[in-house]
Amino acid sequence: MTWTNVIVQGILFGGFYALFACGLSLLFGVMRIINLAHGDIAVVAGYTAVFLVPHLHIAEVWGFVVVVPIFALVGYVLQRTLLQAALDRSPLTTLLVTFGLSVLIENLLLEIYTANGQSVNIGSLIGNSWQVNSVIYVSWFQLVVLIVAVAVLGVLQVYLSKTNTGRLIRAVSDDREAAQICGANYRHIFGIAAAIAVATVALAGISYGILTELTPTTGGSQVLLYAFEAVVIGGIGSLWGTLIGGILLGVAQQIGAHYNPAYQVLAGHVLFLAILALRPQGLFGKKEALT
Amino acid sequence: MSATLVPDVGRTVVRANYHPATLVGGSVVVAAFFSAAPWILPAAWVSVLNNFFLLLILATMWNLLAGYAGMVSIGQQGFIGLGSYALLYLALKGMNPFAAIPLAALVAGVIAVPVTFLLFRLRGGYFSVATWVVADSAMLVILSISYLGGGTGRPMPGLTSLSPTEYNHDSYLATWLTALVVSVGTYLLLRSRLGLVLASMRDSETAARSSGAKVTSTRRWIFVIAAMGCGAAGAVLAISQPFVQPGNAFNINWLAEMLFATIIGGIGTVEGPIIGTIVYFVLYQTLQGLGAWYLIIFGALAVAVALWQPGGVWGLVRDKTRFELLPVGYRVREK
Repeated sequence: MTWTNVIVQGILFGGFYALFACGLSLLFGVMRIINLAHGDIAVVAGYTAVFLVPHLHIAEVWGFVVVVPIFALVGYVLQRTLLQAALDRSPLTTLLVTFGLSVLIENLLLEIYTANGQSVNIGSLIGNSWQVNSVIYVSWFQLVVLIVAVAVLGVLQVYLSKTNTGRLIRAVSDDREAAQICGANYRHIFGIAAAIAVATVALAGISYGILTELTPTTGGSQVLLYAFEAVVIGGIGSLWGTLIGGILLGVAQQIGAHYNPAYQVLAGHVLFLAILALRPQGLFGKKEALT
Repeated sequence: MSATLVPDVGRTVVRANYHPATLVGGSVVVAAFFSAAPWILPAAWVSVLNNFFLLLILATMWNLLAGYAGMVSIGQQGFIGLGSYALLYLALKGMNPFAAIPLAALVAGVIAVPVTFLLFRLRGGYFSVATWVVADSAMLVILSISYLGGGTGRPMPGLTSLSPTEYNHDSYLATWLTALVVSVGTYLLLRSRLGLVLASMRDSETAARSSGAKVTSTRRWIFVIAAMGCGAAGAVLAISQPFVQPGNAFNINWLAEMLFATIIGGIGTVEGPIIGTIVYFVLYQTLQGLGAWYLIIFGALAVAVALWQPGGVWGLVRDKTRFELLPVGYRVREK
């Protein structure tokens, strides 16, 4: 029964990791770049919810409604300015610039808000849980995050396959030149993809800040690494694979933590490295996606 | 490339080089000055020089990785940490820490070999993040070993017999000699056949492949060499602290510093890391006492350079003056 609980808790964490990962996966699919500041943006969103939202005199839980759209805009502007400028140079420049951005964000947060952990406060809602039996507790909040993650991935899937803009995003990611010839403004499309990516990771960042503490370095050493591992485990280029990847990562971490809390993160890394050794294209990925 | 391959049209291809007398004389003066530094410079300067050479090693290695072999590793702090801890382990087993530096570098290099077989399955940005996963895993494994001090760390043994002055001199000399070996080794490497392959990979990977360059095995060599260089840096860091702690040895700030120094100086040039390290220390000394601001300003500068002056400071100088401080290429000369 203890094992059932370990797996249930792992699945619940998987919701967070899938939410961290879907923006990273989308941006890679569309632009073939990895935004190394992906996780730091999530932390900035969390800090915005901690320090800005209380000034608005609304219930904390509405923080999402304010912060997520702001970050969609931030994502669009970031893409149209800094990231596009880097992308025009080379993939190498994009990595250097996003790494630089990551270091800037982490150290600015450190200077302004110190290294102390910050939590997003949503009042008593966080404490509620559903006791299945004597050992299994399901936190309502984590369950909501898992459902939101599934919903976000579902909406994204429908958006990409059914709407005009979604089709444009896929067209640009398949063949940018051909899409351009047909009249697509790829810079605007990149901007929209970045807006979605940043908005989803902002949502994930605030949720993570509700569950646990955010520090200036959470973005790099946790959010980015977990998001990346979820994507690779699930298979590069597969949105539903990312969900399964996130869940497997969560379960692996909880199994590690069950033996020794110090092994939680390491167990996730070991699963990632094992997948890399045995099935580098990931569980649901295609071999071509690697190159 | 031999001169006979070029049609005889009154020109010949020569290796860019200094006059032997200039080369030997210059090297002797530079080497003598830095070797004598502890006796002729104030202690505070020697300490700055120590950190300077430490960063120089790191930037030189990162330049080989990213500037030449096209591998943007963001996990080099893992090899710094492994070098530090390998040295700690060897010293705990009774070895002289100074004598164990090459061995610690070797340990980092040996660990890097299987790592390449895993990581080379990923490309571009995915490769980058995976290097960080490996570095983080290495740190987490070290953290769980209580013999090596776990999370709190351990002081470096085997140094207590030295007087404070002896210790300061010896730890500086260890850093300087390591930097000398790494720099000269890298320079000779870039002038070798492998260096030619690296230059072709830097300029165009596709063209290099189609000309028969063994790109993957060259990458593997460079990754292992860079791991050894960073391991050596970690080892001298452990001596100059002299305390080994995961939070310091595996700190991502090492990576940020080597990366920013390389970009600002000029990525993909031999001189770039040297210039970048000098810029770093000028900034660091100027902005002392401002906490993390030096890293913020340095990072902002690096982002600006990457976007608007990708050749870095040295690229600018070279384009304006056509001067090469450390030439590695070939030139066409009239007969």
